[in-house]
Amino acid sequence: MRRWFRDSAHLIRPALVLMAALVVFLAIRTAIVPKAFGQYGHYRPGALDLVRQHPIAFAGQDACLMCHDDEAKARAAGKHAHVACEACHGPLAQHADDPSAHVPKLPEVANLCRRCHEQDAAKPHNFPQVITAEHSGGAACNDCHKPHNPHL
Amino acid sequence: MIPGVDGFMYPNEVELQWSVLIVLYPYITGLVAGAFILASLERVFKVEAVRPTYRLALLTALAFLLVAPLPLQLHLGHPERSFEMYLTPHTSSAMAMFGFVYLWYLTVVLLLEIWLEYRAEIVQLAQSTAGPKGWIYRLLTLGSYNISPAARRMDDKVGYAVTVIGIPSAFLLHGYVGFIFGSVKANPWWSTPLMPIVFLFSAMVSGIAAVMVLYVVSMKLRRTPIDMRCLDTIARYLFYTFVIDFTLEMLDLVHRTYESDESFRSLDFMVHTRLWGSQVILQIFLGTLVPLLLLAANQLFRFPEGRRKAMYMTAGALVLVGIFAMRWNVVIGGQLFSKSFLGYTTYKMALGTREGLLPAILLFLLPFAIFLVLVELLPPWQEGKAHEA
Repeated sequence: MRRWFRDSAHLIRPALVLMAALVVFLAIRTAIVPKAFGQYGHYRPGALDLVRQHPIAFAGQDACLMCHDDEAKARAAGKHAHVACEACHGPLAQHADDPSAHVPKLPEVANLCRRCHEQDAAKPHNFPQVITAEHSGGAACNDCHKPHNPHL
Repeated sequence: MIPGVDGFMYPNEVELQWSVLIVLYPYITGLVAGAFILASLERVFKVEAVRPTYRLALLTALAFLLVAPLPLQLHLGHPERSFEMYLTPHTSSAMAMFGFVYLWYLTVVLLLEIWLEYRAEIVQLAQSTAGPKGWIYRLLTLGSYNISPAARRMDDKVGYAVTVIGIPSAFLLHGYVGFIFGSVKANPWWSTPLMPIVFLFSAMVSGIAAVMVLYVVSMKLRRTPIDMRCLDTIARYLFYTFVIDFTLEMLDLVHRTYESDESFRSLDFMVHTRLWGSQVILQIFLGTLVPLLLLAANQLFRFPEGRRKAMYMTAGALVLVGIFAMRWNVVIGGQLFSKSFLGYTTYKMALGTREGLLPAILLFLLPFAIFLVLVELLPPWQEGKAHEA
């Protein structure tokens, strides 16, 4: 039995090396992985605070409606009823905070409308779409359509 | 129109996300698994004739295994973050689990088996070599100099057990690479349960061919006669494995053709146009049918030694090219067609960029450099003691 142990003792060594590597790995893991990792899901809860620190860019639909009543009514009556204001006008949280200090620019119509309405085989057939180069003969979209309620 | 795009592509499909490096990853991993299976032929299945390639196969497997994750690292925008896969693995991530399969295979199977196989030489060299090389050998002994016949018998027993565990591990390693592609249900070119098993058998084919070619080339370089019994046996096993691999691939093809689901016409068109050269000519004709015929001819007829060598080498080289083409067709082919089945894009390979042709070539040469270092450190040549073990 003793001879058996003597002749197999060297096999312990790679096992010890593997164990040592495992211990080092676990030590690194304990040191690096944040303590609360996995508390809410497969992420670091501290990431939520970092995300919260990002400056708010969008004011949100309700903030726009508080002042822009006419546009809100026109929009609600037309086909753009479900398009949020900031989808076309861009993020305007700063404007909502201080309307006079941050006056937003009007969207560039030539590019804005075709983003959704340029003809594309992938779009549903009942979605209004045109080949803009041929559709208006060079006239801007809002020469004929009202953007908030885009009937002619 | 965008150059290189035909028909309708969704915007995110125009440019390929997985480059030639991702082709290299399953190719290199496959060579590892195949080389190990060849080594196991001698160790577990007692095919004594392939003994001269046993150590060569193990070193080949190690050299390629060390390089296997590098194409993936080069593909990542933040390679350093890949370590997080080990720290906080997500069980739903196939790639994260692959990291553990890889580590298991590297440490518990391959390194251990090589250590056990070479222990006697390591101890002898540790005692007889001076300088930095001697330090390496002394480190590799792990402090044990017991190479008595009884200790060596113990090594042999444990080595056998490690190889027995190693076979399913090698299957797992490469089957898993196939699984990573086969489980992408959104891609009809990849999504088939046959993918792991097709990858596995093509891995065995490429690995056996690689060791066969490496064996012949090393013998030529060392001006040592080639053991024809060994070469004939490897070629025979290459033929058997290749027949199974070819059958599985044809089974997949027949199944797809008969099933003819909504993707079939689009994929069929792709094979007849964009993939014609790489799939039909390179993979199926030059990479499969020609080597299969060469190997089959050797099973039916007895050719003179010189001609046999030439036929085996041609078959081996063609197999290596053919399996690379197979990986190419899977990885690149799977990204050339649109999910709308109405359009096709083109893969434009850059040369000197991070994921270009040049890094791919260097990455493919790297295992050979590692192999040379390993051969220098742990000579695999066993002339004169071929049947001693």
